[in-house]
Amino acid sequence: MSNNEKEPLFSAKNMKYLTAPFGKNNPVIVQILGICSSLAVTVQLKPAIVMALSVTVVTAFSNLVMSLLRKGIPSRIRIIVQLVVIAALVILVDQILKAYVYDVSKQLSVYVGLIITNCIIMGRVEAFALGNKPWASFLDGIGNGLGYGAILVTIAFIRELLGSGSLLGFRVIPESWYITNGGFYSNMGLMLFPPMALIIVGCIIWIHRSYNKDLQEK
Amino acid sequence: MSGLRNFVDKIKPTFSKGGKLSFLASTFDAFETFLFVPNTTTQKGAHIRDCNDMKRTMIVVVIALLPALFFGMYNTGVQVGMSGWQAFWFGFLKVLPMIVVSYVVGLGIEFAFAQARGHEVNEGFLVSGLLIPMVMPVSTPLWMIALGTAFAVVFGKEVFGGTGMNVFNPALLARAFVFFAYTPQMSGEKVWFAVDGMSGATALEQLSTSGQMSYSNLDAFLGFIPGCVGETSTLAILVGAVILLFTGIASWRTMISVFVGGLAMGLLFNAVGTNAYCQIPAWQHLIVGGFAFGAVFMATDPVTSAQTNVGKYIVGFLTGAIAIMIRVVNPAYPEGMMLSILFMNALAPLVDYFVVERNIARRKNRVKLAK
Repeated sequence: MSNNEKEPLFSAKNMKYLTAPFGKNNPVIVQILGICSSLAVTVQLKPAIVMALSVTVVTAFSNLVMSLLRKGIPSRIRIIVQLVVIAALVILVDQILKAYVYDVSKQLSVYVGLIITNCIIMGRVEAFALGNKPWASFLDGIGNGLGYGAILVTIAFIRELLGSGSLLGFRVIPESWYITNGGFYSNMGLMLFPPMALIIVGCIIWIHRSYNKDLQEK
Repeated sequence: MSGLRNFVDKIKPTFSKGGKLSFLASTFDAFETFLFVPNTTTQKGAHIRDCNDMKRTMIVVVIALLPALFFGMYNTGVQVGMSGWQAFWFGFLKVLPMIVVSYVVGLGIEFAFAQARGHEVNEGFLVSGLLIPMVMPVSTPLWMIALGTAFAVVFGKEVFGGTGMNVFNPALLARAFVFFAYTPQMSGEKVWFAVDGMSGATALEQLSTSGQMSYSNLDAFLGFIPGCVGETSTLAILVGAVILLFTGIASWRTMISVFVGGLAMGLLFNAVGTNAYCQIPAWQHLIVGGFAFGAVFMATDPVTSAQTNVGKYIVGFLTGAIAIMIRVVNPAYPEGMMLSILFMNALAPLVDYFVVERNIARRKNRVKLAK
């Protein structure tokens, strides 16, 4: 790319930053990052969606800010600068959640604060934002946040449907089906426990790898 | 018999390489070796063989399970107030669908995996498929058994590579899955009876609340108490144990040390005795609940138990001891055998590792002394 020619905002290269995390570079099922929160907040769909959006916002803006600062920070202290930026963003997100969706923020409890320690954010800042331009970093942040969110929502969908018989709080499986009401059905209590979420993550990885044979370990 | 052999030989080319149905090769192979001992011989390496291949071994275990199974059927009827053949027939009709569901689902998945991976169908499920209904309450809905079986076969066996590679006992994994996923259908007072409206606590539940049970020790030993299908009769289980030990299929080291471990832990609790459940005689633990069933048929599983002889003593002892510990100390689970066996399944490779390491160290020392 010559210096006179300006790269279009949504060039093929930039779009790839946005879409790669949905496929072969997914942060959760390929890089195995952010497993902890994908087990903790996926009992129901609503907190999972809120969590996914929060992480997306934090990843995108921490990437953007760090990419802007990347030439001015001595590399010896870059981690502490990253932490300050990420922590500030997480506090902002936390306050906004408390202001607008208080009940969900209650459900998420410490996990909003723990976004700071989510490996995806630090990983993207270290691996991408410190070596790329702001716009590309911003797209990469959004892509990774949403790639993480896609897995989170998938897990939460399965867990809420089978574990509570509802989706987003609305009852999907009729009450009359339940054994207690004379039916035959029963919710799967194991879905409410984190271990089952780990098994679901394993299944998603299994399916994903059987479609992407080049990812399979030899 | 030779007619059957001829028929199998006749249809064999259809399933062999190049044949019309060659994609079903492993299914055919499974049925052929089920009917006849395979006539192939091992080509290389040191090997000792006798006529008892895996399928024949598994059949012996199934035979050893039959006394407990038949008694379980009879007891299903007895628990709802019937007697004689009527009781057996009633129980038979209740238990048979459970067995059919477990075999159809489990073998279906095994065959599908074998076909997709192009290897032979493993034999292990012949036993697991019978064990699964035997460790469930008789009123468990059939779709739960199907789901538990599917979970155990896929996540307990196939993801590890099939029979012989599994870390956990598949039948117990099925039970653990159903137990944690559908707790109300697996515990409480109503699930042990095949008709609606009846209820009664198991001996273990009574012991854990008051230290007393309303059944006599003889009834508990013979098995006329509510419980999972196969676990109630210690006598029938002991008959199975004799078959397994006589044919040398189960390890007597594991079996004995499970009972010793359970007794030792029971005596220890007797000595400290802080509540009523601690005070019950140690031997009473061995005849109620699933202790005997687990000790004879599940702790001795040759795949998931320890491989070394010393390891078998250690794992067996700890299995028994932890089972009693969970029973007495943890108020949430009146039965500890399932959790304790699964826990020791996970630790068995570690125990084996240390036994082997110790042996190596001991022999190295001997070399040093000789110098």
